[in-house]
Amino acid sequence: MGALLTRWRAWVWVLPAVALLLVFVYYPIVDNLRLSFFSWNAFSPEPRFVGVDNYTEMFTDPVFWRALLNNVAYAVVSLVFQAGLSLVLAALLEELVGKRLRGLLRTLYFIPAAMSITVAGVLFSFLYNPRYGLVNEALQAVGLGHLARAWLGEESSAIWSVIAMSQWQSIGYTAVLFVVAMQRIPREYYEAAKVDGSGAVRTFFSITLPMVREMTTLIVILTISGAFLVFNEVMVMTAGGPDNSSQVLGTWLYRKAFFEDDMGYAASVATVIFVITFAIAAGQLALSRRRRYDS
Amino acid sequence: MIALDSGVDRRTTAKHRPRATMSFRSVVGRVLGWTLLGAFAVAVLYPVLWMVLSGFKDNQEVFNQPWGLPGELRWENYARAWDLGVTRYFTNSVIVTSASIVATTLISAWAAYGLCRLKLPFGNGVALLVLGGLLLSPTVALIPLFRLLTAIGLFDTYWALIVLYTAFRIPFTIFLIRAYMIELPRSVDEAATIDGATRAQIFWRVILPMSRPILVSAALLQALFAWNEFAFALVFVSDESLKTLPVGLVSMQSRLLTDWPVVLAGLTIAALPTILLFLIGQRQFLRGLTEGVGK
Repeated sequence: MGALLTRWRAWVWVLPAVALLLVFVYYPIVDNLRLSFFSWNAFSPEPRFVGVDNYTEMFTDPVFWRALLNNVAYAVVSLVFQAGLSLVLAALLEELVGKRLRGLLRTLYFIPAAMSITVAGVLFSFLYNPRYGLVNEALQAVGLGHLARAWLGEESSAIWSVIAMSQWQSIGYTAVLFVVAMQRIPREYYEAAKVDGSGAVRTFFSITLPMVREMTTLIVILTISGAFLVFNEVMVMTAGGPDNSSQVLGTWLYRKAFFEDDMGYAASVATVIFVITFAIAAGQLALSRRRRYDS
Repeated sequence: MIALDSGVDRRTTAKHRPRATMSFRSVVGRVLGWTLLGAFAVAVLYPVLWMVLSGFKDNQEVFNQPWGLPGELRWENYARAWDLGVTRYFTNSVIVTSASIVATTLISAWAAYGLCRLKLPFGNGVALLVLGGLLLSPTVALIPLFRLLTAIGLFDTYWALIVLYTAFRIPFTIFLIRAYMIELPRSVDEAATIDGATRAQIFWRVILPMSRPILVSAALLQALFAWNEFAFALVFVSDESLKTLPVGLVSMQSRLLTDWPVVLAGLTIAALPTILLFLIGQRQFLRGLTEGVGK
């Protein structure tokens, strides 16, 4: 008995962390699943069991599909820029730029990621302003005035404008991650390639790319799951409008829960987000486990 | 799995590149590469610069000469932004951010030590619980947390944000710190034990000081997270006097619709602390980021 107590005393170390996690992270996730089978609002605060009604309502709601589609668009564009373009930028930084300037550029590229997405969102809502915004001014200045529009105010462009801002904010961040990964590649590989007379492009494909594979996988995963969790920038710039055209799952959940007071429906949207992001993250874990055993 | 000094540029032989043979094609490639790097630098920097400079303009200048420099440095815009609410938001952000930094780093370091040095009953279970916490996203928990916080009386208090920012960041921070502590030699603990120190004393007097570099990284990343967090701050605090910067700025933007310079000054004030933190602690930042995503 005494020995048992001594062993359990070691729990003093993990107790605060475990308690916080259970109460504020795990319990809500489980509770959300439960709540998605109930219906309630401010006027009938006692949840009423409704089975899968919330899910039926959600899956037949065009706005839900619109939101999901916007998340997918977010993921695709982010992959192109945050995994693709930033990889190219990182490789160029490594290949072309001398040490000192490289450090400077790396710092500079990271700055948008160091400021909050809210600041960036509000800033870009000024830049997108139809009358005084820099974007339209710039288009007019180069003779493309016919392209000028109310970027955030039109259904056809709202979500794309938000996505564009998000790329501006994040490319530098992933580029820096790639740079760090590239700096871990042993120099000898490049020297061998040079001896073989391999050009810069070929060296990139035969050495750099395979050597940063792990980081690439990681960034791809983070980018995709980030795209399904997006909330802030949409909230700040369009709040899902106009006419729900730029809703994403996160903002749609928020709107349903805290504006339309349809908590059950909102909880079922949350469940969908949970399933998607959990599947992506679990896939990544499984992948990295397997690789660790392989090597 | 990943080297610790990732922020450090280990390349000493940067010039060992296939540069001797400058064919026409490689010249074109270099020009294109430099153009891309330069264009990206401008694209990143210009909006930030515009924000800072426009914060010094008057309305006339912002609307009529969006590309021009401010006629004079109107610090009064910054003073007005400060008076119109930024003071309060700023103070609130400082309170919430610093409290959550202290709580997160201490609780995580405490747990990390227990996990890597002690035999806990169900220790693997705890590790799994922490790992799983990495996969769960805040958005999914919004509705149950709203109920929970209301029920326990934390809704609309600083505590709501402090507790949540801590709970949701504990998994990441534990892994970050644990990866560092594992590398510390066990002989340190043993020597202290022989000197008659208790576990807790070893932790406070030996392990914690030795872990300083990673604690700094953890604290910086927590600062960036808490300072910029939006969703929780939006949903769980409704009292105007408790709002943090990200949410406060949005409400300020809607209050001051036409007074762009003041809003832009407010944005600059909000962005400055984290950008400065990043510039000063860049190495620790990058270490934390790459270690964190590498796990």
